[in-house]
Amino acid sequence: MLNILQDVDEAVAPIYDGATVMIGGFGKAGQPVELIEALLRQGAKDLTVVNNNAGNGEEGLAALIGAGRVSKIICSFPRQSDSHVFDAKFRAGEIELELVPQGNLAERIRAAGAGIGGFFTPTAYGTPLAEGKETRMIDGRGYVFETPIHADFALVKALKADRTGNLIYRKTARNFGPIMAAAAKNAIVQVREIVETGELDPEIIVTPGIYVNSLVQVSREKAPAAA
Amino acid sequence: MSEKAENTIVSEKLDRNSLAELVARDIAPGSFVNLGIGQPTLVSNYLKPEQHVTLHTENGMLGMGPEAQGSEIDGDLINAGKIPVTELPGASYFHHADSFAIMRGGHLDVCVLGAFQVSATGDLANWHTGAPDAIPAVGGAMDLATGAKDVYVMMSLFTREGLSKLVAECSYPLTGVGCVTRVYTNEAVFLIKEDGVHVRETFGISFEELAAKMDVPLTAPSADAA
Repeated sequence: MLNILQDVDEAVAPIYDGATVMIGGFGKAGQPVELIEALLRQGAKDLTVVNNNAGNGEEGLAALIGAGRVSKIICSFPRQSDSHVFDAKFRAGEIELELVPQGNLAERIRAAGAGIGGFFTPTAYGTPLAEGKETRMIDGRGYVFETPIHADFALVKALKADRTGNLIYRKTARNFGPIMAAAAKNAIVQVREIVETGELDPEIIVTPGIYVNSLVQVSREKAPAAA
Repeated sequence: MSEKAENTIVSEKLDRNSLAELVARDIAPGSFVNLGIGQPTLVSNYLKPEQHVTLHTENGMLGMGPEAQGSEIDGDLINAGKIPVTELPGASYFHHADSFAIMRGGHLDVCVLGAFQVSATGDLANWHTGAPDAIPAVGGAMDLATGAKDVYVMMSLFTREGLSKLVAECSYPLTGVGCVTRVYTNEAVFLIKEDGVHVRETFGISFEELAAKMDVPLTAPSADAA
């Protein structure tokens, strides 16, 4: 059953201590800023966060990390010019990092949503990121076994939804949104606009409503923290 | 030295832009290409419309256009380096897993990457210096290295200390094994083949001078031309 909620605080209320939370977005594009800020206000701690990065500047995911609420991050690219909040926590040994090549990150998230128990990928074969993992030669090429990344919650930003929860996205803001919505037990989606069921052309739906649990309209989006 | 080898010598080493122009010229018409962050991005400045090259960006787009200017800037339309870009007619968007399936599935013809080191057998090291205090970040580098049909590296050939970055064996942590097919540097273009490293052409240095500065056995351009 889809919950259509009035505000972001209500939307993130179910997130509990120790939960694994996927957060969509790549740089500024697709970053669910209002949901992240609501999660910061909400207070859940000891979170495992799955995101491509580990926060930028002082706001959004960086603020969540800075407040000591994230105990582990699973990401592909934590170190950036303005990732000082994460950098300090990491150097102080206050946050655990699982570094995953970006394509493996995406495929592990996809696998979770698709009910796949694992897969062999050539990415990272023969590198330090494959150390300790099962490998196999298939048709003369080396592959590494990777397992799915499941999540309790996903925070996703889309452009528009209908009241059935069907989603469409905008340009490169789509990025991790569709696969995270599918991989999480509870997908919480912020959209700029919610339209009546039937108003979105079924041929252009990117995320079918079956994957969406909660929907909240954020018509006045704040500009995301710099990437 | 044969006359053929002498003919390949350009009077001075190539600057970054000339090198990018050379890479652009070498990309086959109709190719699907991913350009890595940094120096490889310069290649897009020299691709000609008649080449019909389609650019892929790993954050979910084919048909990427030039960097956005002024009113074109749109926060929802960025490249893998998080720089605002534009879309060209025929562009398409897809989610991250599809984007990396394009890579891993071998659908990209060429990717151009930077590197710390490349080995004589095409191993690539470009994500981590291995320094104990460094915070590692890998991004899409490993996926690109293993996914594209051809992996071209653009890098300076020598470190500040004058050591060659094309080495017998990489000392930095690997990004991919045996994946690099060409290395474009300011002094020379190298082709990584089954039988070793071939020099295609040199710039501002003779083959013999180059070979003397490197610890990797090199096959001279004249040997290929003969």
